[in-house]
Amino acid sequence: MRLNIDLLRSILWGDAQADRVVPPTGFTAWLTLFSSAAMAFLAVFALALSLATSRLADRWGDELARSSTLRISAPEGQMAAQTDAALRVLETTAGVASARALSNAEQRALLEPWFGPDLPVETLPIPQLIEVIEEGSGFDAAGLRLRLAAEVPGAVLDDHTRWREPLVRAASRLRLLGWVSLVLIGGAMAAMITLAAGAALAANAQVIGVLRLVGARDGYIAQAFVRRFTLRGLMGASIGMVLGTLAVAALPRAEVGGGFLTGLGFQGWHWLWPLLIPLLAALVAFLATRAAARRTLGEMS
Amino acid sequence: MIELENVAYSYGGAELLSDISLKLQPGSFHFLTGPSGSGKTTLLKLCYAALIPTSGYVRLFDTDVRAMERDDIAMARRRIGVVHQDCQFLNHLSVAENIALPLTVSGRADDSEMDNLNELTGWVGLTARADALPPELSGGERQRAALARAVIMSPDVVLADEPTGNVDWEMSQRLMRLLVELNRMGKTIMIATHDLALIRAAKPHVQARVLRISNRRLQLAGADL
Repeated sequence: MRLNIDLLRSILWGDAQADRVVPPTGFTAWLTLFSSAAMAFLAVFALALSLATSRLADRWGDELARSSTLRISAPEGQMAAQTDAALRVLETTAGVASARALSNAEQRALLEPWFGPDLPVETLPIPQLIEVIEEGSGFDAAGLRLRLAAEVPGAVLDDHTRWREPLVRAASRLRLLGWVSLVLIGGAMAAMITLAAGAALAANAQVIGVLRLVGARDGYIAQAFVRRFTLRGLMGASIGMVLGTLAVAALPRAEVGGGFLTGLGFQGWHWLWPLLIPLLAALVAFLATRAAARRTLGEMS
Repeated sequence: MIELENVAYSYGGAELLSDISLKLQPGSFHFLTGPSGSGKTTLLKLCYAALIPTSGYVRLFDTDVRAMERDDIAMARRRIGVVHQDCQFLNHLSVAENIALPLTVSGRADDSEMDNLNELTGWVGLTARADALPPELSGGERQRAALARAVIMSPDVVLADEPTGNVDWEMSQRLMRLLVELNRMGKTIMIATHDLALIRAAKPHVQARVLRISNRRLQLAGADL
């Protein structure tokens, strides 16, 4: 632990002398900074996508699985009787926590996106919907269908599996894509920093030659480069992360409109996740530069 | 200190040096001579482990260079000062910082060493140029700065490759006087040069052995000088 703290301290503050032996670089520094900022910005979105789809998959998989819908189509006169019969059947079914017929207002709200407000639901031959909430391990859908067929001929049970499963599959795939994107962003950043560090090492071949001649150890020479690129990675990624997070925070809240396609963003403590991005970027920069420096130094006398 | 035993070296195909045996005793002074392209620089590079012999053994301070890690070589170089014909510096640092570079990289750049630095800079006559950048120096000033850098760690051995190659006769005599003075302080010196006049001029001041590379081999040159 002590060693890690010392290492961290030498990376962050370093040896001012050691840092001075490598000439300052202007242009590549800005490129490295810019690239890590851009990568971190993208990483924030990939992270938001992964977490959001993760939430979505959980909700579709879990919450919706806990509810079903019973639809009753019946001639006007029998509607109320069939609804009561269906509710009685549901009340005596094992695994059903509660069953509730939707009111006219609720049904109107459901249709509103398609037909606009103030639809006279009462005058239309619209089926009655009953919301069924499950408990425990749920009910036996096949058995319930048989009982309903006998007692409520106009009832159709929809346990949501038909449309839920492809949605859950899509969400899981999207989440996987998000994580793959994060890994690719990390890899691209490692490649970019390796190239930049390689260029810096090649440009300073004469400096390295002089340092070797006067008895500098490889670790001393590498440290000057590693420290620079780690700090640039950290700084760039921090800027990119802040901008990315602000952009995610500024996304319009679609929650009100249509509950289930929304929520690209972070919720609760998930807002802390982006803080990891600069640290990971610094780690990637540290490892990439150290590997590049060791490779280059190993080829010199 | 530095010992070569049956050393051969070849770049690619043909051997440049073969069957070289040499022992640098503490306090000795050697000239290394031979026509240009005969392998003087290669022999010096073998002496500070910039090259590894293709056959035979090189021992630095009693350690076989093949058994040395890169860090061991770095540590050995702190005890060997090297002056090249075309001396390389860190061009973004001042002359004083360049001379102090061996101290800096070995973590010994403290105040008492800084007094040494000033004294040494005065000794090579660069006090007025201490704040200049290396590209602003003349050929002779560069050679003197390189010599100061080579000796600031108080090394046991100083290896100089054509140290007077780029300077006029006057300046080459000054540099030689500095090297002879170092030898009187107990340092082992080896100077590679093709300039026989330089060797003749130095002979009265120092007990020097003259080695000549001829026909890939090392010979002790005699009274013909």
